[in-house]
Amino acid sequence: MSLSTLTKPWEAMNYGFLDASAKRELRRKMLKAVAVPGCQMPYASREVPMARGWGTGGLQVSLTLINPQTRVKVIDQGADDSVNAASIRRFLARVSGAPTTMDTLEADLIQSRHRVPEEIMREDQVLVLQVPNPEPLRPVQPNMSIARQMHADADYGRMWLQLYEQILRSGRVMQGASYPSLVNGRHVMTPSPIPRWDVPKLNMAKHLTILSAGREKRIHAVPPFTRVEPLVFDDVPYRVEDHGGLTCIRSGATGFFMNEIPQEDGTSAYEISDSEFGVKTIRAAEGEDIRFGDTWYKDGEMPQ
Amino acid sequence: MTLQLDAPRLVKTRPLVTVRNVSKCYGDVVALNDVSASVYPGEVLGIVGESGSGKSTLLRMMNLEETPDRGSYTLDLPDVQGNLFDLDRFARRMLCATKIGIVYQNPHLGLLMKHSSSGNVAERLLVAGERSFATLRQKAKVALEASEFPLERLDAPPIELSGGMQQRVQLAKAIALEPALLLLDEPTTGLDVSVQAMVLDTLKHLQQERAITMVIVSHDLGVIRTMADRVMVMRRGEVVEQGLADQTFQDPQHAYTQQLVHAKL
Repeated sequence: MSLSTLTKPWEAMNYGFLDASAKRELRRKMLKAVAVPGCQMPYASREVPMARGWGTGGLQVSLTLINPQTRVKVIDQGADDSVNAASIRRFLARVSGAPTTMDTLEADLIQSRHRVPEEIMREDQVLVLQVPNPEPLRPVQPNMSIARQMHADADYGRMWLQLYEQILRSGRVMQGASYPSLVNGRHVMTPSPIPRWDVPKLNMAKHLTILSAGREKRIHAVPPFTRVEPLVFDDVPYRVEDHGGLTCIRSGATGFFMNEIPQEDGTSAYEISDSEFGVKTIRAAEGEDIRFGDTWYKDGEMPQ
Repeated sequence: MTLQLDAPRLVKTRPLVTVRNVSKCYGDVVALNDVSASVYPGEVLGIVGESGSGKSTLLRMMNLEETPDRGSYTLDLPDVQGNLFDLDRFARRMLCATKIGIVYQNPHLGLLMKHSSSGNVAERLLVAGERSFATLRQKAKVALEASEFPLERLDAPPIELSGGMQQRVQLAKAIALEPALLLLDEPTTGLDVSVQAMVLDTLKHLQQERAITMVIVSHDLGVIRTMADRVMVMRRGEVVEQGLADQTFQDPQHAYTQQLVHAKL
């Protein structure tokens, strides 16, 4: 037996880009995060060939979870074809040999920036969300050490106070994205800057959601079938964006989350935010045989 | 025929607050040395003493902000048992929020300066689990009204308010949950004399209306004389004299108390 038989032949890089110890650490931190839903777990965020703040946290989780059979979908604000989404998807495919897709139904792993797809995700799918700021208490408590103590004590009075002040000043809750939500009745998390429209999708969802912040080096998770309740007062109900009645100008789909496109005459047109769902709707209208998944929202309403 | 006499009130009633044999050292400095105190329901206990006599330390311990080296602390309430110094963080925080109110000398310690005044009061209720916006607002208003805060400034942040107003917001926050015990740490120090008189007036009203048990710490004998039923004189971490307020100030027994009363007059 010689040394060369015991070692692997030299390669330019590891499978899936990250080295084995990095992946092991991420796996352990993901397990921890799943074990304590909504609790932020610190991890050593590695360098990836992308600037911090562009989804490095999500990318590291994806690189850890990926294998040559994983079908990957990457979305950026709902779109599969934006530059950021396309580059991340190509990078993931190149370093792992994994096949890619744009269809939510076919995907095994969905890395997303700021949206949850409109079609309901299954038990065997994983959603990885890129998180810019994982600390929901940051606006009310700039000192992170104290914020961690507040999490440990479940001391969320100031979060509620923030909502109280918003209602006082503006008559409604002004929090648009990353709406603070109570996970499993214990930890308040920021669900990354997904719109209010998407927060109810995480409640008792069948899929695993992992939220990872590469710059802030924190990971948290929403395991399948876990309660995710947005913080609301009993007498001021939670409101999603009023997009239920809007129609997409390109696909004609109605009742989903829309992107507003300002027009020259001062009015606005709307285009469906989940681009692949729009594409599928157009192709179905043209007579192709397209398989649609069940959607979370039906006729612009989330069934209770 | 034997004469049936009722036992005196202080024998029948059990004290609400009992602090027993509390000692605390900060390094070589003895802050409290074997201090015991009890406060009866509806009573106002005044604690006087010079700076560094341990009166504020004792009050912070009563608010469970600090733990002593030795000693015990009990509250005689139906749902509170045992030595409160042994409670864990969580139980301690809930107890402080629901059973004890505190007004600090420095409003920056007790208030969120940039949030609205009503929000400051509402925070107390939120910690205790109130989740209805209308109820929060109503209860905050009632508490601020009780502390004679001008309601047209309900939503002004404390940073824009005068010192006297800030103390009123603190007071409203402290009484919002109708605590069993109200702790006042030099509540009127730093206010000018007329405002001081008005704040004391409010406190007196509250005491008469709600019969709240209070512990008031001050170095100002005038404040103690107006407010307290019973007084405890502290020096160098020890209680040198205690008794009824009038009696103690009219006829001080201990040399230090005599000196204190004299310095006042």
